[in-house]
Amino acid sequence: MIEERFDAIVVGAGMAGNAATLTLAQRGLKVLQLERGEYSGSKNVQGAILYADMLEKLIPDFREDAPLERHLVEQRFWMMDDRAHVGLHYRSEDFNEERPNRYTIIRAQFDKWFSSKVREAGATVLCETTVTELVQDAYGRVIGVRTDRHDGEVHADVVVLAEGVNGLLGTRADLRERPKPDNVALAVKEMHFLPRETIEARFNLKGDEGTVIEAAGTISRGMTGMGFIYANKECVSLGIGCLVADFQKTGETPYGLLERFKRHPSVAPLIEGSEVKEYSAHLIPEGGYNAIPQLYGEGWVVVGDAAQLNNAIHREGSNLAMTSGRIAAEAIFQVKSRKDPMTKDNLALYKKMLDDSFVIKDLKKYKDMPQLMHIQSQNFFLTYPQLVSKAMQNFVRVDGIPKIEKEKTTLRSFVKARSWTGLFGDAYRFARAWR
Amino acid sequence: MTTELAVRVEDKLFYNRYLVDAGRAHIKVRPHTVPTPALLTLLKVCPARCYELNDSGQVEVTVDGCVECGTCRVIGEPSGDIEWSYPRGGYGVLFKFG
Ligand SMILES: Cc1cc2nc3c(=O)[nH]c(=O)nc-3n(C[C@H](O)[C@H](O)[C@H](O)COP(=O)(O)OP(=O)(O)OC[C@H]3O[C@@H](n4cnc5c(N)ncnc54)[C@H](O)[C@@H]3O)c2cc1C
Ligand code: SF4
Repeated sequence: MIEERFDAIVVGAGMAGNAATLTLAQRGLKVLQLERGEYSGSKNVQGAILYADMLEKLIPDFREDAPLERHLVEQRFWMMDDRAHVGLHYRSEDFNEERPNRYTIIRAQFDKWFSSKVREAGATVLCETTVTELVQDAYGRVIGVRTDRHDGEVHADVVVLAEGVNGLLGTRADLRERPKPDNVALAVKEMHFLPRETIEARFNLKGDEGTVIEAAGTISRGMTGMGFIYANKECVSLGIGCLVADFQKTGETPYGLLERFKRHPSVAPLIEGSEVKEYSAHLIPEGGYNAIPQLYGEGWVVVGDAAQLNNAIHREGSNLAMTSGRIAAEAIFQVKSRKDPMTKDNLALYKKMLDDSFVIKDLKKYKDMPQLMHIQSQNFFLTYPQLVSKAMQNFVRVDGIPKIEKEKTTLRSFVKARSWTGLFGDAYRFARAWR
Repeated sequence: MTTELAVRVEDKLFYNRYLVDAGRAHIKVRPHTVPTPALLTLLKVCPARCYELNDSGQVEVTVDGCVECGTCRVIGEPSGDIEWSYPRGGYGVLFKFG
């Protein structure tokens, strides 16, 4: 056993773990962070869009040296069928601002930088160390962790579980359930390298401007899922993810889906001639508010993806991870400052503070969305995209058929596919879940 | 359907860096004679195609190309079909970009 005792141990050096460790160290706590990867970031996968506001709260001057790719001036949404996409395209000069709001990043590089800030703040960071289990006393209180290092047991007043979506330690210790197939999506992703000028020409960008495309429709073959294409400086991140339960049901392969997405006529020209340098896969929590587990207990708190804090509708995760990590650390600091023990009752402060933040408020707003998307996946991801695409084609193709006839055809196609009650029901359910 | 068959996952994994912990597989399949439905699902859902049928019809796992996503754990651990852990610290996939 390592004799040295810590105020806090943080398991994981991803977004949540780095935010928590940094905050604890900045407040003067003696903190040990354990990460299984070779360095912070070497196990982590993200699209990746970084939200500046949440990082500013931790590192106000991050723009000075953080490895940022492009600031986003544009957002595209594509509703796709097999040969077309109907797009929504929002671009504004307002986003060319002094302190841009969103950036693309490359996670392995970003995390490495984040981790350097954590070390500078005075935390002890130990990589290449897998935590194998939580150490609990006779009363079930968490008093430390066991690692795969020789003499690998370490004790602390509180353990922050920032272990990511799989959350092995917490589930092994029965603090929460293992993620269920209908609460997690499997995403696969590739990094496509192209010359900078080529990316800027293909995506209509200048300088460090960036754009991201979120895509849904027949690309997920009726499963609940989304594709994404994000422009970095010299590469394009491209990926697609669907619920594990849907993969299970359909027998689709993730790489088959990725390949079809890449070959789609709207996508292929964007990556033509690129050199692929990495293929990765990762789970994403998609259960939303109803899947959030117990967040604190005797001697422990759980933050980030491990706590299912992920907003699938807005594709936000890293910011919820950072914020929950920071808030948990602030709660721990407050308990510690009062010289109170790290009991369940005292750590309830973390939940209370999180409830007051955008993290829980946003997830609550969309609490019925994950289920609706899952149950209605055939309609939302297959039928409607096909109908909308057909309607658009009918609208723009000039072929001598009177417009009134064309409109009737479009309407008939919708009613035929979904019936009037189906259409109104879908609209009503969607509006309710969105509210 | 045909596009699926054209994808060579091994080629994709070739882009990645790994530090293989020889002789210490972090995932194990429970010995069986006839594979359960969950095990058969893993043949398709694993993004690194780590699961394969052997000549006598059992599902086997080779973890060298595993990207540690956890999908097979979510599907196969509840029934006890597989045992799943992370590799030892420092081993396994080493993402350069992530
Ligand atoms: C394809 C994809 C695209 C995404 N796109 C976006 C996006 O554009 N914007 C956004 O905001 N979010 C996005 N997300 C979500 C975002 O990546 C996550 O919400 C975020 O990374 C969660 O941070 P975390 O710290 O909780 O977990 P992670 O970042 O996964 O970190 C967990 C860390 O813990 C370590 N660890 C785990 N177990 C142990 C153990 N036993 N011992 C030691 N170390 C351990 C891991 O190695 C890892 O470093 C995306 C996710 C995916 C998969
Ligand atoms: S963890 Fe993911 S990549 Fe590894 S074997 Fe399981 S499903 Fe395949």
